[in-house]
Amino acid sequence: MTEARKNFYLENFAQYDQALASNGQAWTRPLRQAAMGRFAELGFPTTHDEEWKYTNVAPIARTPFQSAQRTGSVSGSKTLSAALTAAAIPSLVCVQLVFINGYYAPELSTLPDVPQGVEVGSLANALSSRPPWLEAHLARYASVDDQAFVALNTAFMEDGACVYVPPGCTIEMPIHLMFISLAQGAATLSHPRNLLVLEANTQAQVIESYIGLGHDVYLTNAVTECVLGQNARVEYCKLERESASAFHIATLQVQQARSSNFVSHAIAQGGALARHNINVVLNGEGGDNTLNGLFMATDQQLIDNQTRIDHVMPHCTSREFYKGILDGKGRGVFNGKIVVHKDAQQTDARQTNKNLLLSQDASIDTKPQLEILNNDVKCSHGSTIGRLDENSLFYLRTRGLGEEEARSLLTYAFASELVNRIALTPLRTKLNDLVLTWLPHSQRVKEA
Amino acid sequence: MLYIRDLRVSAAGHEILRGIDLNINAGEVHAIMGPNGSGKSTLAQVLAGREDYEITGGEVLYDGQDLLQMTPEDRAREGIFLAFQYPIEIPGVSTAYFLRAAVNAIRKHRGLEELDAMDFLGLLKEKMSLVEMEQTLLNRPINEGFSGGEKKRNEILQMAMLDPKLAILDETDSGLDIDALKIVANGVNGLRNSERAMIVITHYQRLLNYIIPDFIHVLVDGRIVKSGDRQLALELEQKGYSWIEQQLQGGQPVSS
Repeated sequence: MTEARKNFYLENFAQYDQALASNGQAWTRPLRQAAMGRFAELGFPTTHDEEWKYTNVAPIARTPFQSAQRTGSVSGSKTLSAALTAAAIPSLVCVQLVFINGYYAPELSTLPDVPQGVEVGSLANALSSRPPWLEAHLARYASVDDQAFVALNTAFMEDGACVYVPPGCTIEMPIHLMFISLAQGAATLSHPRNLLVLEANTQAQVIESYIGLGHDVYLTNAVTECVLGQNARVEYCKLERESASAFHIATLQVQQARSSNFVSHAIAQGGALARHNINVVLNGEGGDNTLNGLFMATDQQLIDNQTRIDHVMPHCTSREFYKGILDGKGRGVFNGKIVVHKDAQQTDARQTNKNLLLSQDASIDTKPQLEILNNDVKCSHGSTIGRLDENSLFYLRTRGLGEEEARSLLTYAFASELVNRIALTPLRTKLNDLVLTWLPHSQRVKEA
Repeated sequence: MLYIRDLRVSAAGHEILRGIDLNINAGEVHAIMGPNGSGKSTLAQVLAGREDYEITGGEVLYDGQDLLQMTPEDRAREGIFLAFQYPIEIPGVSTAYFLRAAVNAIRKHRGLEELDAMDFLGLLKEKMSLVEMEQTLLNRPINEGFSGGEKKRNEILQMAMLDPKLAILDETDSGLDIDALKIVANGVNGLRNSERAMIVITHYQRLLNYIIPDFIHVLVDGRIVKSGDRQLALELEQKGYSWIEQQLQGGQPVSS
């Protein structure tokens, strides 16, 4: 069946590729053809693949997804306004790009004046206008060689967000990329593709939100490439809140030049099956990378986090801190790999993964991996799996807090360590609300 | 107020309390002394509702209710307070936030209006002066990074905030230097009144120089083997617990 579905994508691609010949995007055809060729060889991953050991994507492979269609004006639809409200970050003044089923919706977006030379817009537009930075960077980092879903995205990419920040420029206003999925009858599929290019000595904050409502079935297969020039600083946040029946596969590829600084906060709460890949290449001396993550799964959800940090050059620092909270029959995966290359002397890498199991049926697979190819490094990793501390619960209850309330408070406390790492106040407040809303019996915690 | 009859408690198949009888009335302060491992802390934990123990016999009535059937939170809401021997550190929850949640949970149960942030802060400041606690501690996570003395003061602060009917102080003196001990004892004495009963558990007589009990009970090997007034504590201080243990082993009736 999987083979048949693979052929379905191959046939779709053949048609799509033909269309490209005449729409001014012929220049992308070699990229796409190479990607599709690679997908044809790879096929969908199976649990025999080491990197997919804990996550079975057969439900994705066998679902007959239809490509999402660009919708006309949908403003006024009730579900849309509900989704926009859910995704909004109150009191955040920002540049906001809204995408509906993967397609840019200018009428819903807010593009205030940005500093001169900065370009913020849709990929569809950039693919037609072909600015020089696009060809220089698009699909140059996220590898299709061993990532089937990146290959599919690269073959089919049509729209997404593009941000270009010229040398020396700081964008004060955060940029919020909002990806909203709305039911279109059949199960739909979108391939959002984002490119963030920050030249030397720049600074920006980028938030990616993925949101769906109810039990809509769809697949979001997203790829974001983020390229940091020398001394560039990026604070990045992803809020994944897909619908309860959705599939979400995403890859964030970060390329860091000398003395650049990248901080990510990856927050995952949604989807029936969500897979978050982050690949970082520290490709210049003195680079600094921080990956924070908080994932919360309940019911039958599976949230899988895969990170890979390549220390290619000397004197780079990486800090990774992921926390998982699993309730119901929720499953979590943390697979964090740090590779210290031969020439990366004086590498300083630390990785921590802590997990909290709230129910008997919840589970977590955690697999920290260090691959160190030189001697002059400081590396550490550790992971823990635990339940709520009985002594703490008893202590709170002897002060009059009900058992459920005490559980919620301790769970909230576990999560808040990561929430509090977010510097941007409206975003931190939003995330705090998301954590509280997720918790059962959190009403009193909220009031206190 | 509290009536304990033939209370027997086991943990992991081992009997720790082997028939405790104790009767406590409002306004009374009872000290329970005893050597390590005699069951003092077990008694405190069982009264507060710890579920790790197996009650194998006896009964405990609190204001006429079957205490052993109540959840820890219901006991707290009904006015029982345990000051922990080892206060628990809870990262991620600020002390102020926790105190307000606790105060309001108890007020709600008592049919009182919940305190808003302003009223809460007013009450808190008043009670903090009682234990000479610094306000900066309030913004820190519960007990995290607190010194031993700060933790114990925090327990007494909680007691003052929650206004219990029966307070159980489990080795509140242990590990404190004399200055901290005085502060804690002053805090406790400030909370003594004719409505409130207290059980003060201690290993050392020293605390009882500052908190003068009405009654003293000596717990050895899971039983109260001797009860008396303050004189008993002084005698214990002089002769040590071995004095009582020897009397017990000699089969003699314990008498002073």
